Parts: sequence; C-alpha cells; structure tokens
Amino acid sequence: MRGLTEEETKIVFEKLSTYIGRNIKHLIDRPDEEYCFRLQKERVYYLSVALANKAQHADKKLLVHMGTCFGKFTKSMKFRLHVTALDYLAQFAKYKVWVKPSSELSFVYGNNVLKAGLGRITENTPQHQGVVVYSMSDIPLGFGVTARSTQDCRKLPATDVVVFHQADVGEYLREEETFGKKHKRDNSQPDNKRNKRVKSE
Amino acid sequence: MGTDDFRLPTEEELEEEAKRPPDSGMLQQRVQEILRVLVNFKERRAENSSRADYMSQLEKDLCALHGYVPFLIQLFLQLFPPAEAIEFLEASERQRPVTLRTNTLKTRRKELATALIARGVNLDPIDRWSSVGLVVYDSSVPVGATPEYLAGHYMLQSASSFLPVMALSAGEHEKVLDMCASPGGKTTYIAAMMKNAGMIVSNDANEKRLKSLVGNIQRMGVRNAVVTNYDGRLLPSVFSSFDRVLLDAPCSGLGVISKDPTVRMQKDEGDIQRCSALQKELILAAIDCVDASSKTGGIIVYSTCTITVEENEAVIDYALKKRHVKLLDTAGLDFGVPGYGRYRGKQFHPSVSLTRRFYPHVHNMDGFFVAKLKKLSNAKTAKPQEEAKEQAKKKSQGKAKVDEEEEDAEEGDGEEEEEEEEEEGQEEGEEGEEEEEEEEDESQ
Repeated sequence: MRGLTEEETKIVFEKLSTYIGRNIKHLIDRPDEEYCFRLQKERVYYLSVALANKAQHADKKLLVHMGTCFGKFTKSMKFRLHVTALDYLAQFAKYKVWVKPSSELSFVYGNNVLKAGLGRITENTPQHQGVVVYSMSDIPLGFGVTARSTQDCRKLPATDVVVFHQADVGEYLREEETFGKKHKRDNSQPDNKRNKRVKSE
Repeated sequence: MGTDDFRLPTEEELEEEAKRPPDSGMLQQRVQEILRVLVNFKERRAENSSRADYMSQLEKDLCALHGYVPFLIQLFLQLFPPAEAIEFLEASERQRPVTLRTNTLKTRRKELATALIARGVNLDPIDRWSSVGLVVYDSSVPVGATPEYLAGHYMLQSASSFLPVMALSAGEHEKVLDMCASPGGKTTYIAAMMKNAGMIVSNDANEKRLKSLVGNIQRMGVRNAVVTNYDGRLLPSVFSSFDRVLLDAPCSGLGVISKDPTVRMQKDEGDIQRCSALQKELILAAIDCVDASSKTGGIIVYSTCTITVEENEAVIDYALKKRHVKLLDTAGLDFGVPGYGRYRGKQFHPSVSLTRRFYPHVHNMDGFFVAKLKKLSNAKTAKPQEEAKEQAKKKSQGKAKVDEEEEDAEEGDGEEEEEEEEEEGQEEGEEGEEEEEEEEDESQ
C-alpha cells in the first residue's frame, strides 16, 4: 500500500473529472475528515487518512480491500473506473441520464442506453461526455459516455444509441467471482466501438 | 387413565420391522405414543419397561423418522424435553421465511417497501424488535436481482443475523472489528448503524468467502471498512484497541439445519469438540483486541448459529475464567430464551443466564446464540492482581506512567504467541504469492 505518484494522481484525476468535472475538489477538501488515495495491487482506493493508518498495520498480502475502490491501473498505465466508484460519482455527477423503467433491466445487463429508453438527460450535455445513469426513481445504476449531445438526442430514431455502457451495478452479480480481482476484457470494447463509430461518421 | 394398551415393541418385532422399508406413519404414531407415556410415566408405563427403554426407542424412531445420526438425536434430547426436541426437529425441516434488511445508508424502510411492492413483491415489516427488517412472503420477480438490490438498498439476510449486530450496537466514530465477517451481512449492518463514520475492520479467514464480503461491502456503499484475510486467532498481534468486537464464530451449524440438510448425517462429537476448541481460542483473541479503557465501548459480542452448550455457554464460561470480563444483558433481545446455567453436571458462572438463545420452533428464526461481554481490564488474566487495580486507579491521575507499566506486563505474555504467529504468517505469505502468480497468468 502506498500513496499515488504525481503521474498516477494526474491520470486518476483526469478520468474522474470526465464524470464529476470540478466537483473533484469536494473529494480532496472535505469538511468532515481528511481523505486520501492509496494504491494497492494496481487498485486505487479512496479512504479517510485515519482508516489508511489502520490498514497500514495489516500485511499487504492479507489486505483485501479498504474504503472505496475507484478502479485499477492497466498494464499500460491507463486508469479504468470500476462500478464501485459509482457511489461517489453519483454524489458529484455533473451530467446525468435517466432511463425509463422499461430499459432499466437492459442497462443493468450491460447494454447501451437507446433513444427509446431515454427518460431524461441533463440540459446541454456535450457529446462524448461521461455521464452517470439513473433510474427514474433516482437510483444510480451505472455510468457511461454519451454518444450524442442533448441537442442531437431530440431528433434521433428510437433505436439509436444515446449512452455507451461502461459499468453498471449488475456487475455485482455477474462478476462477483472476478470482482475486484481483474477486469474482463469485454469492457474495453465499448470504448473501441465508440471510436470506430465516431470515425466512420 | 389406567387402561393403557400401548407397549414398546419386542426385539422380534423390531427385527421384523427392520426387514421392511421404514413406515413413517407408524413411526410417527409410536413417537406420539411414547411421548404420551413419558408425560405421565407412573400411570401409563408398561410394567416391565423402564424410562430408559422408552427413551432409547424414542431415539431410534426419531433417527429413522427425521434422518439424523443417533449422536445428534441424543444431543437434542439432552438439550430439550422430548416434546420440545420433536418440535425442534420438525421446525428444522421447514424453511425459514425470506427476510431482508434495509440499507439505511441508501434508503428508508418505507421507501424500499413501496419500491418493492411496485415490483410485485409481497412483504411486511419483520417484527417489533427490528426497524429495518422486512419479511418476503412471495414475489413475482427474483428478490436477489432487482435494481434496488443491485444498487445496494437492501441485503438478503436471515432474521437471526440481525441479533448480534443489535447487541453490539456500535456508535458513530467508534473502531469496530468483525472477526468472521463473510458474506458481509453483519459488517454492512454495523456500517449502517455507524452511518459510515468511524472505522470497521472486517476479517475472514476463508479466502473464497472474501469475494462475497468485498462485493457486498461495496454494493451497500460502505466507505469506512478495511477487509483482511487473517486467521482470527492472529488478529490481536495486528490490530488492537477496538471499541467493539463482533465474533460470529464458525460453528457446527446445528441451528441452520433447514438451510443445510447434510448436517444431520455428518456431525459427530469430534466436530463439536473441534469447533468448541477453536471458538475458545477465538473468543480470547476477540477480547484481547478490545481496549478496556474505551470510553464508549469495551464490548465483545459472541454469537453462533448452533444450539450446543459446548459451543455456546461453555465458551462464554471459559472466557469468564480466562479474562477479566463480565456478561452484560443483551438489551433489545429479551425475547430470547436465557442460556443454560448448568448442563450435564457442569455448573457455569451464574451470570451465563444473561446470554440469549433463539430457536426455530419458538421464534421461527435460525437457531442462534448471542452473548454480550464487557471488558473490565486489559490484563490477560481472569482477575487483575492488586497492582493492576491500583494502576487502574492511578490511570485517571497520571496516564502516561501506567501505560508504560502495562506494556511491560503484556510483553512478557505475548512473546510465545508471537513466535507461532510468525511461522504461520510465513506460510500464509507463500500462499499469497502463488495466488498472485496465478492471477497474472490469467490476465495475460
């Protein structure tokens, strides 16, 4: 367990800011308690300093989890957010998307959000913006990246993708076995697909 | 009632019976008859049969009827009067109702109930004693996969496992240790009680069960927990000075036979002894993790999901003899049955009656045992010597001085343990490395 290097901090913050923008400062300057980021087995944890000090006592081989896991670094030093970060992302999200009850299940099974399932979307959301996905009753279900801006969404046909899926709470069931251990490779696909589509358009 | 025509079967009749397939109707009837005789033995007995004859026949019939090994039936008949033992056996055949606990970190019970009813789940508040529990009668959707479940608004958790956490009643900003935490129902309940403030160390020795623990902790939005994979007995050397410790000890599981029917054919006396020995080690470790001078706590809660005295009252009695602790009343759980004060000639400490037992046939929840201990001094003996008492008095006057003295005293005790721990620590360390290698292979 150690703190993040300057470079690592930069990568993590860049990723977080795509979802919560400048609200990131609320993670660092907290009125209640001092919080910090810690790296353990490639994973980045966010926790109070007091808790980190307690965790320090444990043998690092036997330390399994602490505070909140935000995600992990890949071998190529990219940072990938896990659904476990959703708690904080939802708290500070700038841009939000609400899905209709009919497509809640489709999203938590790992699918993209289609125009037909779009209930509401924050005004002036740009294209390729990180968004947190909620159910109509304001339960955070996951997060993703917008395929279109709010403006463009209005004229889309019902079958077009509005939000590309990145993580959803269904992973707590689907991936319990591998959860927090390693990341499935499929999850990188939405990113690739998105790039291809953008290029072809 | 002098005219009683029931008599025990003769040996020839029993031999005859053994040749035929078991007839449950006949067995049931005979069990009832024997019970009737035992209730008023003087008048209803057959002249040439003793009480022991009746009991041994009852034992055999119950084994055949419910499919248990004889050892367990004997054990139940020692614990309960015959009629209650049969009630217990019958209750152990039935499933307990599905219950869930509202995660107050994310929602309220009323809101959750409304949301679930809208999804077609038929439910009700659990009982007066819990403000967060719900009972599910039936459901048109899988209760373990609704969006509310995935978002961590509730946890599927048996009613009995609420009890130790309620007894622990951890407050905000305390330091709490959950020694045998998987799959996390209790840890997440503790976190909800603490409103995510303070800290929880959540430990489990079984690596396979850690995944569900970590998954549940994250799903339920617990932010103040550390999860470790130590053998519980080694914990005092790693962490100490907790305000509260919950030890939900590994046990023979005789309270949850309805969940795991294989138990009936497998358990023997050795299993109970092994569990009991481990539990005694664990409870001392639990007590050693607590700081007696904690302003708000100094509490240890011990619980098991079994009903044997060896694993429950005997363990508590052992702890009372080995450490300076006293039993507290488990407030809020007074609907439980008091623990046994003595059992098979063994006399326990009189305060053992403050512990609480819960039974499937009485409370319609898993068989369960809860005891709440308060640590009185940090000395590793039953009663602190005169010096220690004086130190405690001085403590309020000059704290630093006393701390030094205490440390000296503890060092003397701790040396032997540390050596053992190092060895075991190395073994576990090696395992850890192997696993890491495997992981890398897979990810390549």
